[in-house]
Amino acid sequence: MTGRVGRVRAALTAVIAVFALAAAGCGDSDDSGGSSKPRLTVSAAASLKKAFTAYGGDFSGARARFSFAGSDELAAQIRKGVRPDVFAAANVKLPDQLYREGKVERPVVFAGNRLVLAVPAKSPRVRSLGDLRQEGVKLAVGSASVPVGSYTREVLGRLPPTQSKAILGNVRSNEPDVGGVVGKLSQGAADAGFVYVTDVVATRGRVKAVELPKSLQPSVRYGAAVVKGAKQPKQAKRFIDGLLTGKGLETMDGAGFEPPPR
Amino acid sequence: MSRGAAFTGALVLALAVVLAFLTLPLVAIFLDVGPGDLVASLDDPGSVDALLLSVEVTAIALIVIVALGTPAAWLLATRSFPGRSVAITLVELPLVVPPAVAGIGLLAALGPQGLLGDALEQAGVELVFQTAGVVVALVFVASPFYVRQALAAFTALDPSLIEASRTLGAGDVRTFLRVALPGARAGLVAGGALAWGRALGEFGATLVFAGSLTGVTQTAPLAIYERFSADFTGALALSAVLVAASGAILLAVKPAGGSRVLGDARG
Repeated sequence: MTGRVGRVRAALTAVIAVFALAAAGCGDSDDSGGSSKPRLTVSAAASLKKAFTAYGGDFSGARARFSFAGSDELAAQIRKGVRPDVFAAANVKLPDQLYREGKVERPVVFAGNRLVLAVPAKSPRVRSLGDLRQEGVKLAVGSASVPVGSYTREVLGRLPPTQSKAILGNVRSNEPDVGGVVGKLSQGAADAGFVYVTDVVATRGRVKAVELPKSLQPSVRYGAAVVKGAKQPKQAKRFIDGLLTGKGLETMDGAGFEPPPR
Repeated sequence: MSRGAAFTGALVLALAVVLAFLTLPLVAIFLDVGPGDLVASLDDPGSVDALLLSVEVTAIALIVIVALGTPAAWLLATRSFPGRSVAITLVELPLVVPPAVAGIGLLAALGPQGLLGDALEQAGVELVFQTAGVVVALVFVASPFYVRQALAAFTALDPSLIEASRTLGAGDVRTFLRVALPGARAGLVAGGALAWGRALGEFGATLVFAGSLTGVTQTAPLAIYERFSADFTGALALSAVLVAASGAILLAVKPAGGSRVLGDARG
């Protein structure tokens, strides 16, 4: 009997130890590995993934950690009380809204991008915007609430109504972020989708871009802001400033982003 | 205080923490919106479509899982053959595979450029972006819950019952239908409920493999995620319906009189 109690106690102790270790690990893992840099949490649009990951590796002030998702999801999290240090969105609307609601400091525009029609590189069925209305074409787009989806609807809204209606009828999936659209294209599951030109660059040839006529091109601008109540407001400011002038600007340029409009 | 009492106290504390932790988020869903808002936001036709689609695809998936899983589990329970334990491990593997990985795997296997992509196209079968694709994703992630439970229920049968049935001249088929199935009924129903619950909550594999389109592939969990950013009340309302439905199913299949406590006489 004492043997069993002893085993149970040992097991309980082990469970508690595991929880304690896990909690400690969550709390200050940024102190491990001999680095005493502060941790900077960055909530960023899915389309910034490649560029920001590279920039974060070079960022000297803090160890940057990223949460990439649809900008609308990240904004909703901030509204529900999640406090990253930096919020970077694929539009200026969401940071502006959060600024007016007092959730973030004044946002800045730090980059521009171009919306393109993307098709699988291997035997594309769609070669131009005109092909999109053909029957049976499978289109994957961002859902209306995520920036890439609202830019997409902006483009379609500039087409003649019959054409945009036919194209919307071919939409087979509304993806929660741009990564979902790119994934469906690179697997050949969808015949076409609207994504940013930088996403096409990042697929290294699996997906091809068809440029949109200038008259249809929406103005894609990225806004970033320091989140109110950030744990590292100074480093957050430095991170955003670096996007405008320093290393970040170079990295963004290398990833195909356009410089912030002056 | 005696060591025994201290130990019991620790157990009670642990159970209290577990219960509080597990129920708090579910309670919050119901407290965060009033019942009026809740009902009103279900007026959204997209929400109703998503719920109906969820009912449809989980029902079809459950039928497929039970129809294939029951005989498969009976074979695993009653015959020993080389590779049996490998087969059991393979059946259980989807339990530990992250749902998004399951979706990517399904795309790589059954997508247009997947292993069987050409064969499926020639057969005229289209899964990606189709309701059928959602069913495939659900069957993949949920079937292990049923097969595991069915296997356990079959192996827990009294071997002498099976033996007696055979001695009395019943064939394999009759023994399976008349003795094994009724005997294992409680376990099979519990397994079905678990599988159904898992299918109802499925998100990642569905999104990656089948996509998200209202009325076609957007099940309730996908609709909840889509509403999270723009319509939090709508997301909560749908969540409340899912929680209530899952809870009702769990309650419905709980054996009357509660479950057995260690040390009770075997019945």
